[in-house]
Amino acid sequence: MTVRVQTEDFDAGFEINQLRSARKDVGAVVSFIGQVRDVNEGDEVSQLTLEHYPGMTEKSLEAIITQAKTHWNIMDVLIIHRVGTLQPCDQIVLVAVSGSHRGEAFAACEFVMDYLKTEAPFWKKEATSSGERWVEAKSSDDDARERWNKTTE
Amino acid sequence: MKIKLFYFARLKETLKYSTEDLELADAEGPWTVLKLKALLSKRGDVWGQMLMGKLKVRAAINHELVHDNATIANGDEVAFFPPVTGG
Repeated sequence: MTVRVQTEDFDAGFEINQLRSARKDVGAVVSFIGQVRDVNEGDEVSQLTLEHYPGMTEKSLEAIITQAKTHWNIMDVLIIHRVGTLQPCDQIVLVAVSGSHRGEAFAACEFVMDYLKTEAPFWKKEATSSGERWVEAKSSDDDARERWNKTTE
Repeated sequence: MKIKLFYFARLKETLKYSTEDLELADAEGPWTVLKLKALLSKRGDVWGQMLMGKLKVRAAINHELVHDNATIANGDEVAFFPPVTGG
């Protein structure tokens, strides 16, 4: 598994190719990219700043991958998450999962994102025309995570 | 016993603390997350509002998310922060 927390941008194509070509028994790679939107809660967003808890962030992302590997027969998982100040259209996060077949890779990728959004210690602050504000956690993200408790038991 | 405390995001900004070393009286133990929150809340309004008010606060001990009844040990790293919003 690979976990990277960085201020720099990433090349998703390169990263996905690395994961895909690492093993000849890989039959599927599923990936997710999150990017900064220029709108949230009806307001225009000009900038996003991401804070995190160094040390805990990496551990929690590794723990999420370990959990995904116990639920699905997948080969490798890569998570890159950016921190610092980002602009609309900037990439925030990349999750890529390799496996033999698409089904388990799709499920594992969604699981990793749902857990990342509710467990990994990142916080977003957005700049709008009326000033800066912390982004509130969404209950829909908790719901998205909770459904895995039912399906992975 | 001695612990190291960290605050993040809205808590860090409002409390104007990012980290501090704290001595907890052994005689008053065992120390739980809730007990520590109550102690810190005595520092004044904003502390009580942030840690024991309406806002949801999550806690971690040594980088693991924990509940309010988790026990704190000597040398632990304890962190308080709002619900996470990454991804």
